[in-house]
Amino acid sequence: MYVAVKGGEKAIDAAHAWLAEERRGDVSVTELSVAQIREQMTLAVNRVMAEGSLYDPDLAALAIKQARGDLIEAIFLIRAYRTTLPRFGATRPVETADMDCIRRVSATFKDAPGGQVLGPTFDYTHRLLDFKLAADGTVPEAPTRETEPAPVPHITEFLNKEGLIQSEPQSDTAPRDLTREPLELPADRALRLQSLTRGDEGFILGMAYSTQRGYARNHAFVGELRIGTCAVEMDIPEQSFAVEIGEVELTECETVNQFKGSKVEPPQFTRGYGLVFGQTERKAISMALVDRALRWKELGEDNAGAPAQDEEFVLYHADNIQATGFLEHIKLPHYVDFQSELELVRKMRADAMGALQEAAE
Amino acid sequence: MDPNAERKNWMSLLAKAPSGVLAGLWANYGAQPGFDWLRPPEIGGAMVRGRMGGTGAAFNLGEMTVTRCSLRLTDGPVGHAYVQGRDKDKARIAAQVDALMQGPGAADVRAAILTPLADQIQARRNARAAKAAATKVEFFTMVRGED
Repeated sequence: MYVAVKGGEKAIDAAHAWLAEERRGDVSVTELSVAQIREQMTLAVNRVMAEGSLYDPDLAALAIKQARGDLIEAIFLIRAYRTTLPRFGATRPVETADMDCIRRVSATFKDAPGGQVLGPTFDYTHRLLDFKLAADGTVPEAPTRETEPAPVPHITEFLNKEGLIQSEPQSDTAPRDLTREPLELPADRALRLQSLTRGDEGFILGMAYSTQRGYARNHAFVGELRIGTCAVEMDIPEQSFAVEIGEVELTECETVNQFKGSKVEPPQFTRGYGLVFGQTERKAISMALVDRALRWKELGEDNAGAPAQDEEFVLYHADNIQATGFLEHIKLPHYVDFQSELELVRKMRADAMGALQEAAE
Repeated sequence: MDPNAERKNWMSLLAKAPSGVLAGLWANYGAQPGFDWLRPPEIGGAMVRGRMGGTGAAFNLGEMTVTRCSLRLTDGPVGHAYVQGRDKDKARIAAQVDALMQGPGAADVRAAILTPLADQIQARRNARAAKAAATKVEFFTMVRGED
């Protein structure tokens, strides 16, 4: 039970004023601008856009500043803002095959057309603290190499030519949207992917890791991981044609997984898929592994009873805003609730004491 | 040939233009044609979709912010804009350019705004591609000494 109690207004005002002061920190230190966060805390901005489910780097940077760097709080702010926006429509699906890649690696084919492009990666760094960054901010310019624009085809399409990997079913129906209707189970794959791409990175990573450790193992290879920008095209009501309304940076991961085949299909590889806003590589790989684990039913696999195969468990616990809302509400006043428990325990103790007394006599 | 291809191109270019760059080019263009709003700038969202497995059926990936507006120039043509982000001035300029491109001054507008804009965007894209190309791995095989 929850009863409104008055009397906290002054305390709340003072708390919020202090919060603003603490957010600013030591005033002898230069204030951080939203542009600085957007440009220099890019991966935090990317995570807030992905899990806030709204692509707008300026807003995400503002949310991070307002939330004092608490990314889940920032995601909460973005989700709240998102609900105030009128929806102009849905875009055509982005064509990731046409992505302007800044990074593209494959763990399955060394000599894939388009090559292995490392991009601005943390991989191969030694993970030693770089004290130069604390001292000064000058950066040597990155090397460049003359290049001709060339298509960078999806690597899984090579396997597809031989029929060695499942092809993806096509459909023109509008996918279900969990921001428009409550998430009901069973969820189709479109709904699962929407839920995973906005799900908490830590949760999705943990679920993905559990499959690697043997809970519904599906032996994933990263067929391809690519990061880059894609144009976003939308049919607009004023015209009879579609126009590009902007471009978004995306990370895409395609995994190639084992498959025994079935009565109707000869053995062939199967796929897991991850697609996330921004440079969010850990999340995209995790998403692909969990997507694959959740596909057990449609691929005719056994349910090993693993958490990552349990659609209800994964989808109902992946959203960090739902989770944090329910978790954090228990710190709010529950005085009456607790009062009744207190009464109950006192009564039970009195009864138990009485019984002991009687037994002793 | 798609009869709308040209208009589609310039509208797409305007949508992707960095706000500051477009505003600068517009200021340099000078003329400020009079117009009436058909729909004043409005900020909203578009649900961006992806394809399952990169090639399959669609799913909802997440939204992006978009600003749209429509206007009619005093001398006739109607311009529309759907541009990424929340910059209402950018949307207005994009709609004005869209309208001007349908009138007699199209060649001037193209030369003053669209061409330099396309060049800048292409230059930025090339610079990133050149940096990416420098991180391309050149494999070589070590001599294994088996023969």
